[in-house]
Amino acid sequence: MNLQDIHLLSLLTFLPLLGALIIALLPGEEKGMIRLFSMVWTSLIFVLSLGLLAGFRSGTAEMQFVEVMEWIPQFGIGYRVGVDGISLLIIMLTTFLTPIVVLSAFSAVEKGVKGFFFSILFLETGMIGTLVATDVFLFYIFWELMLIPMYFLIGIWGGDKRIYAAVKFFIYTMVGSLLMLVALIYLYVVHGEQFGKTTTDLLELTKTALPVQAQILMFAAFALAFAIKVPMWPFHTWLPDAHTEAPTAGSVILAGVLLKLGTYGFLRFAIPLFPVAAHYAMPILAALAVVGIIYGALVAMVQKDVKRLVAYSSVSHLGFCMLGIAAMNVQALEGSIYQMLNHGISTGALFLIVGVIYERRHTRLISEFGGLSKVIPAFAAFFMITTLSSIGLPGLNGFVGEFMILLGSFRSESLPYAQVFTILASTGVLLGAIYMLWMFQRVMFGEVTNEKNKDLKDLNLREYFVLVPLILMMFFMGLYPNYFLRKMDASVENLVKIYNAKLVARTAGVLPDSPKPMVKLSELERDGRKIVIP
Amino acid sequence: MPNVFTFSDVIHLLPWIVVALFAVLIPVFDVFAKPETGRAYAGYFALIGIGVAFLLNFLQWGDAPASCFSGMLAADAFGMFFNAVVLLAAALTTLLAIGYFQEHGLHRGEFYGLMLMALSGMMLMGMATDLISFFIALELMSIPVYALAAYMRHRNESVEAALKYFLMGAFSTAFMLMGIAFLYGAVGSTGFAEIHKHLSGSGASALSLLGVVFVLIGFTFKTAAVPFHMWTPDVYEGAPTPVTGFMAAAVKAAAFAAFIRVFAVAFEPVKLGAFGWYNIIWILAVLTMTLGNLAALVQDNVKRMLAYSSIAHAGYLLIGFLTITQAKDGNGAASLLFYLLGYAVMNLGAFGVVILFGRNGDENLDLTKGWKGMGAKAPALAVAMTVFMLSLAGIPPTVGFMGKFYIFKSALDQGLVVIAVLGVLNSLISVYYYLRVLVTMYMKPADGENDVQPMASLPVSLAVVASVALVLWLGILPSGALAAAQAAVASLF
Repeated sequence: MNLQDIHLLSLLTFLPLLGALIIALLPGEEKGMIRLFSMVWTSLIFVLSLGLLAGFRSGTAEMQFVEVMEWIPQFGIGYRVGVDGISLLIIMLTTFLTPIVVLSAFSAVEKGVKGFFFSILFLETGMIGTLVATDVFLFYIFWELMLIPMYFLIGIWGGDKRIYAAVKFFIYTMVGSLLMLVALIYLYVVHGEQFGKTTTDLLELTKTALPVQAQILMFAAFALAFAIKVPMWPFHTWLPDAHTEAPTAGSVILAGVLLKLGTYGFLRFAIPLFPVAAHYAMPILAALAVVGIIYGALVAMVQKDVKRLVAYSSVSHLGFCMLGIAAMNVQALEGSIYQMLNHGISTGALFLIVGVIYERRHTRLISEFGGLSKVIPAFAAFFMITTLSSIGLPGLNGFVGEFMILLGSFRSESLPYAQVFTILASTGVLLGAIYMLWMFQRVMFGEVTNEKNKDLKDLNLREYFVLVPLILMMFFMGLYPNYFLRKMDASVENLVKIYNAKLVARTAGVLPDSPKPMVKLSELERDGRKIVIP
Repeated sequence: MPNVFTFSDVIHLLPWIVVALFAVLIPVFDVFAKPETGRAYAGYFALIGIGVAFLLNFLQWGDAPASCFSGMLAADAFGMFFNAVVLLAAALTTLLAIGYFQEHGLHRGEFYGLMLMALSGMMLMGMATDLISFFIALELMSIPVYALAAYMRHRNESVEAALKYFLMGAFSTAFMLMGIAFLYGAVGSTGFAEIHKHLSGSGASALSLLGVVFVLIGFTFKTAAVPFHMWTPDVYEGAPTPVTGFMAAAVKAAAFAAFIRVFAVAFEPVKLGAFGWYNIIWILAVLTMTLGNLAALVQDNVKRMLAYSSIAHAGYLLIGFLTITQAKDGNGAASLLFYLLGYAVMNLGAFGVVILFGRNGDENLDLTKGWKGMGAKAPALAVAMTVFMLSLAGIPPTVGFMGKFYIFKSALDQGLVVIAVLGVLNSLISVYYYLRVLVTMYMKPADGENDVQPMASLPVSLAVVASVALVLWLGILPSGALAAAQAAVASLF
């Protein structure tokens, strides 16, 4: 059977929505049935997504599993989806995390069970749709669609300050999205004028020749939207609130997938569409990323609440991803994508672990704990592995990503002062080890000082099922990274090649209003790649 | 030009004739109906009339444009498009009114008679090609709406709203009439074609420019645009809810229909230049949306909030208005038409939910009170309200998003980057107060004192379901409606 023929991507995108609608029809009192159905449905979607992994051809940078349909012909808007090495693994991460999240919420969510699982499945459609869309209009629709269920997840099932956190999350994200929408429409209009035919096909839009001035403004609009989503310092302030107030399941999805869509947006849209402006902006992005790495780590260190600490660690980890993107060479980019996956797995697991302890004690304050490793040893073991994965211990997944990013960015030729940025960023690795281990020590080691912790129950069977897949993934990704990296090779190389080629085209004055030379031709050729000017 | 009207004129006007006939018949029937029978039958009877008119209008779609009654009216796709919009709005309003008056009392047949009378005026508004026929249509629309606003005559707010609306309306109509008189003085004719020829020929005289400005004042009143928006919150709040929905959806659409024809066709030559209307509308658009959105932020009364939101939407519509004639392909005007259609549907749907959330004696309009916990009490209605709020805020996949996308696209097509960015920032402000409704419904628990149970009414529920379906349908598969709007605009020039 040809996977192309069964519309695999459309199935993956819309099956969760179908599941959500089925849940809406189930009776609300039947909590068990709704939970079981969500679990089975999302697991089936994961199994289906394995077909994507199996059918994916690693050798090519082209979009695969492509589906194209006419949608709004007046505007040249089409239903265009496809997957390449950049989006493939993030899609897999999404389908992998969703059943885990569903399982983790079995006992944590008691009120409004129907609405909760409806939102999770609805959200999965939004996330997968955003990742497979190769039409900017379609992308924007899914991008906004993700907001609504997440908003409800935080606002209805969140903690004490949930309304504040939910509204802040929504408004912050909207600021970026709306400006991006203007830039997107402008690009679409300019492209229509140049080619005499309007389209929202991403591949076509990248061919638009834009004056540098316009590119910079439009890149700024796109970058703002994505930077808020990532979040990059100083646009990160919504994140600690949203993460802390969201229910565990919401935090896991937020950290695991939603943040990645910001970095993904840079790779898929902002950089290919506006390469010259991106080139100008790279030092700024790198600087913000480095500030984020160090700032996130320092602020995480002084948090009293474990969940808030993990939230700030996200700011730091995503800083690494952004540094990798700013370096713009194959190694750093692959490291960056790898780090996105790692962060999804490790931070997702950390949030789940915090959720486990919160369900038992209804507090997350570090000072409330201490000496837990004696009381709940299995929990301690899982927590330890996850912590080590998060700080990048060799042999576990976190190490591979961070190492590749730092190695790649150190050797980056397109990023000025790359070495300085890299050295500063590597202090973040150290700081990461400090805040994570210090937190771990205060929570898990020492004497049991709090009476309430004396008779805590260890992990139950369901929680094993939640955490074991993640722990296995940490080892698998840490020990055998090539399986994943080889899938992205072709796409990442192609991205770098096109980026450099466009810069060279600019420099050589092929296009009008060329700015002053930015990259020396010799440097690009020294990298060993053949540059073809389109 | 023959002085008598022909048979084909009558055929072109059939949808209007049906509506006018029903408007006259319903009060007559009402006289003979026994007092103890309910009055829902009059509503359903009105629905039949609206349905027949809609069908006739639909059957005429695609006919060659024709000028009727010696150039007083145009039976073209533009007029038919607006006929369809106002007929749709009237049908939804009728369903709302049946449920509303059954719950709140004062169910009389003449309500539907008055509504159809106003509807017949609206239909003529979109077709008028002469200042005289336009003015008659305007009055035919306005006077029944004054009465409708006062319909809950035992309620002080309703009477106050009507009086305010009437006085302000009469004031603006006087301006309008003065402007028409000036124009007639300057041009010597009231036909749009003659006015266009005069203004583009020898250069506009001061008298005609004054006329243009006075007519503009009249239109800013009817479309609830700054600076003549002050009546809107009080009138929208005080009028019976179905009437509020009718005013926000249908009156606004009809006013914009005439606005487009008068300004984009007749006054097109004086668009640009120091005294042109283009710059005035640019400023008005920015002021209207900003003021509407900022004021809506602090409203606790949901009808008042929707009133200010209606002002803000008039601002977005004015952005679309700016883009009309610069490109003759009509993208701009088509975006305006599509937005008006979408706005009518989502707004009436929202008012439908507002009606269902209230009971006799407690209309339950205060967001800080009875709306809390509605998400749990009435989950289906709350979901519907969520769809309408997201649509009004312009979030996909709703018609509100498609409409805004189209308006901003047309603006950027014309290089109007600044106002597009201002519009986008404004819709960001609006997100906050639309979200507030969702926050109240879903995230705040119901308190004991204000325990309002939503009412059950089949007709209103039907209207809400139809609106949700249309909001999503036009948001996800807008091609058909877009094509219709584009065809309508193509017939204009």
